[in-house]
Amino acid sequence: MSAGPGTVARRPPVGRRSAGIAVAEVARVLLPALVPVAVVGVFFVLPVAAMLQRGVWPDGSFEPGAVLDVLQRPRTRRVLWFTVWSSTAATTIAVGLGLPAAYVLHRLRFPGRGVIRAALLVPFVLPTVVVGLAVRELISTSGPLGFLGLDGSAAAILIGLVFFNVSVVIRTVGVAWEGLDRRPAEAAAALGASPVQVLRTVTWPALRPAVVSAASVVFLFCATAFGVVLVLGGVRYSSVETEIYLLTADLFDLQAAAALSIVQMLAVIALLVVVGRLRRVPDPTVRRSVAAAARPQRRDAPAIAATLLVLGAVALPILALVLGSLRRDGRWTLAHYEALSGRGDDLLAVPVTEALANSLRIAVDATWMSLSLGLVVAVVVTRRVRSRTAGRVRAVLDGFFMLPLGVSAVTLGFGFLIALDEPPLDLRSSPLLVPIAQALVALPLVVRTLVPVLAGIDDRQRQAAASLGAGPWRRLATVDLAVVWRPLLAAAGFAFAVSLGEFGATSFIARPTEPTMPVVIYRLLGHPGALNYGTAMAAAVVLAGVTALVILAVERLRVPGVGAW
Amino acid sequence: MLDVRGLTVAFDGLPAVDAVDLSVPDGEVLAVLGPSGCGKSTLLRAVAGLERPDAGTVTWDGDDLTRTPTHRRGFALMFQDGQLFDHLTVRRNVGYAQRLRRVDRATVRAEVDALLRLVGLEGYADRLPRTLSGGERQRVALARSLAAAPRLLLLDEPLSALDAELRIRLAADLRRILRDAATTALMVTHDQDEAFAVADRIAVMRAGRIVQEGPTAAVWSAPADPWTARFLGCSEVLEGDAAARVLAAAGLPSAAGDRVGVRPGGLRVAAPGPSDGDRLRGVVVAVGLTPDGRHVRVDVDGVGVLDALGGPGWTGEPGQAVDVDVDPVTLARVGP
Repeated sequence: MSAGPGTVARRPPVGRRSAGIAVAEVARVLLPALVPVAVVGVFFVLPVAAMLQRGVWPDGSFEPGAVLDVLQRPRTRRVLWFTVWSSTAATTIAVGLGLPAAYVLHRLRFPGRGVIRAALLVPFVLPTVVVGLAVRELISTSGPLGFLGLDGSAAAILIGLVFFNVSVVIRTVGVAWEGLDRRPAEAAAALGASPVQVLRTVTWPALRPAVVSAASVVFLFCATAFGVVLVLGGVRYSSVETEIYLLTADLFDLQAAAALSIVQMLAVIALLVVVGRLRRVPDPTVRRSVAAAARPQRRDAPAIAATLLVLGAVALPILALVLGSLRRDGRWTLAHYEALSGRGDDLLAVPVTEALANSLRIAVDATWMSLSLGLVVAVVVTRRVRSRTAGRVRAVLDGFFMLPLGVSAVTLGFGFLIALDEPPLDLRSSPLLVPIAQALVALPLVVRTLVPVLAGIDDRQRQAAASLGAGPWRRLATVDLAVVWRPLLAAAGFAFAVSLGEFGATSFIARPTEPTMPVVIYRLLGHPGALNYGTAMAAAVVLAGVTALVILAVERLRVPGVGAW
Repeated sequence: MLDVRGLTVAFDGLPAVDAVDLSVPDGEVLAVLGPSGCGKSTLLRAVAGLERPDAGTVTWDGDDLTRTPTHRRGFALMFQDGQLFDHLTVRRNVGYAQRLRRVDRATVRAEVDALLRLVGLEGYADRLPRTLSGGERQRVALARSLAAAPRLLLLDEPLSALDAELRIRLAADLRRILRDAATTALMVTHDQDEAFAVADRIAVMRAGRIVQEGPTAAVWSAPADPWTARFLGCSEVLEGDAAARVLAAAGLPSAAGDRVGVRPGGLRVAAPGPSDGDRLRGVVVAVGLTPDGRHVRVDVDGVGVLDALGGPGWTGEPGQAVDVDVDPVTLARVGP
C-alpha cells in the first residue's frame, strides 16, 4: 500500500492521539504552576476561607441566612450604596479627565513630555494613607483649598480616588492610542470625515476596548480603596472595604464582615471576568506600531487645558502635604522631620526612622517573593497550547492568580490572623508574614506587567533559535530573557512600591514592635496634637519620596505599556 | 482639473518632494512613476492634505486648496493596503462617505450595491474585511473611494500589495472602472506595468523631482534621459556609432548625437544568415532561461554586449556566431 495522500489507514486514530497531546499539554501547563498554586492556596485561599467560615459558620453550623440579615441592616445598605456611587462618580471623573490627557501625553509632541508622563505614574503607587493625608491637608479648613469647605465631605473622598486612578486611565488608554495606526484615520479624512467624525467613527471604535478596560479596573480600585476612604471618610463615610475593617478590628462583628466580604468578592470576580473578556486581543504577537507624535495645533487646546487640570489636581495635594509638613503655628520649621528620629514613646513603640527601615526590609522580601511567583505565573499563562482542555486549564489558572486583586486586603489580613496562628502553620510571629501578604497583594500587578511582554514574543523566534541548534535554556536566554529583563525590573519596582504603601493587610498583621511606615502614619493621625499631625505629614513626605524614586527609576526603563491594564 | 505648482515637502530640511509641477485634466489618469524613496508617496499625501507642504500650491479649478484640511478637499485617497475599517462590514465601509453626508439609507444601500457590482463583489456586502482576500480588499477599498464621488481619486500603489497574476487582471479592471466612471485620478507607483496598464499620462519622478511627463506611449518611446530610459526597461543606452548601427539595423534614419535605448524584448537572436549590410552580427556570451524565453547575452560587433531574446526556433550556446534582429517599435529615443 502506498503512503501517498489520501491514505488514512496508517495514521493513528485521531481521537486518541489528540487526547494524548491534550494530557501532555495540560501537564505542561499545570506542573510549573504547582508551586505558585500552593503558595496562593496556603497564603491566600486558606486565610480568606477561614475568614468567611467565621462568618457563615459562626458556631459550627451553616447559617447563610445570617449573611442576608446583615445585608438588610440600614447601615450596610448605606455602605453598599456609598461604595457604588462614589466608585461610579470617581471612575467617570477619572475617565473624563484621563482621556484628553492620554491624547495629549501620547499623541502630541512637546518638550517635557517624558517627565510629565513619568510624574503621572507616581500617584498610582503612592501609599493610600499618604494620598488620604495629602488630600486632607489640601482641603482642611487651614489648607490651601480650605475655603471650598470640602473637609469631611464625600467630595474629598472623590478627589482622593480620582487622584489615584487618573494615571491608570492615562496609561491604559494612552498606550492603546499611541499604538493606533494613523492611516485608517487618514483614510476616513480622505473620504470626507471631519476631525470629529474621524474621532467618532474610526478612533473611538478602536479605542473603546482600552477605555472600557481602564474604566472597569478603575472602578475596581475605587470600590476596594481602603486607606483613602479611612483617612478622609472620618465617621460619616464608609465604603465596603473600610466597613469590613471597622467590623473586624473595632466591633468584632465577624459575621457582618464576612457577609460584606462575600458580596465584595462576588462583585469583583464578576467585574474581573468582564475585564478579562474586554482585554482579550485577537493576536498578541502582532507587532504594534507606535505612531509618530504630532505637533500640537490650535484645535488641541481643550485637551491641553484638561491635561493641565489633571497635572494641577495631582500636584496640588502633594504640594500641600510638603508645605504642611514644613509649617507649624504659621512658621517654617523642620521640627516635624526632627521628630521622625526621636520618638520612642508609648504611642509609637519605635522611632519613625526605624519604621522606615522596617518598611524597606519588608519591601525587599515582598519584592523577591512576588517577582518569583509572578514570573512563573506569567510564563504558565502565556504558554502556547493547542488543545482546548489545556487552554481552559490555563484560563482558570490565569483567573486564579488574579484573585488577590479582587479580595479585600483587609479580609486577607484578618484571615492571616485567624488561619495562620496554630501549628502546623503558626506564622503569627514570623517576620515573613507581612512580606508574604504584601507579595500576594502585588502579585496581580507583577503578572499584568509581564504577561503582555511574554505573550508578545512570537513563538517562531524560539523555533528559529531551536532550528539553529539552541537548547531549551539557550532559547530562554536568547529569546525570552532578552525581552523580559526590563519588564521584570519594572515589575520589581512596582512590587516594591506596592509593598511600601500596603496598608489594608499590614494594619492587621504587622507586629506592634515592628510597624511599617503606613501603619505609623495612621497611628499618628489617630491621635490628636499638632506635633502628631505634623510628624505624620513629614513621614508621609518621606514615604512618598521613596516611592516616587522607585517609580521614576521604573519609568526610566521605558517598558512599553507599563502600568497599563 | 488638478494643478500642483512648485510643491515642496521637506523632512528635517531634506526635500522629499522638490518643487514639483503637475496637472491632471478632468477625466484623465496620471501615473507618477518612480523608484521607492523618490518621494512619490509624499507627493500624493501632500495633494491629499495629509502632509503639510513647505512651499508651493495645490489648486483645483483655480481654487487654492493648499491650506484646506483633507476632509474638505473632495479628494479620496486609496491606500496601498486598502486601510478598510476592520470593525465595519463591507457595506458600511463602502457606504462610509455617504453616511457622513447623511444620505438616506435606501440611497446608500442602492449605491453600495451598484458599486460592489462595478468592482465585481456582489454578495460581499455583509462580510467583514478580515474575511476577504487581498484582491477583494483592494476592490472594496476602490469601491469605498468611488462612493465618496471624489472630484479627484488618489491611488497609492493600488495594486502593489497583490501577487503578479492578480495585479495584471486587476489593473485592467481598474482602468475599465476609472474609464467608465470618467474619474480624474492621480496614481503613484513604482511598478511600470501598473502605470502603463492604468494611466493615460505618465510623470517620471526621481529624487523628489519630476524628470519627464507626457502621454504614456510618448514617454515610453522617448525617455528624457538615460536614467529614465533604464527605469523604463532599457537594458542599454547607446550613443554615437553604436547607436547609428542599431538604428540602421532597425531600418530607421539616424543623425549625429542620437541616443538609443534598447530593450531586451526588442532584440531577437537568429542563426547567422547571408551577409546583409545593416544586420547586426555578434557572438553569444551567455544563455539563460526566463519565463519569456531564452535570454541571451550577445557581444555585437561594433556595439558591445547587449541583452536579447532567443528568436523562434533558435537554440544555441556560448561562442556561437549569431545575427540579431531589431524591432524598431521597442527602441527608445533618449533625450539629451
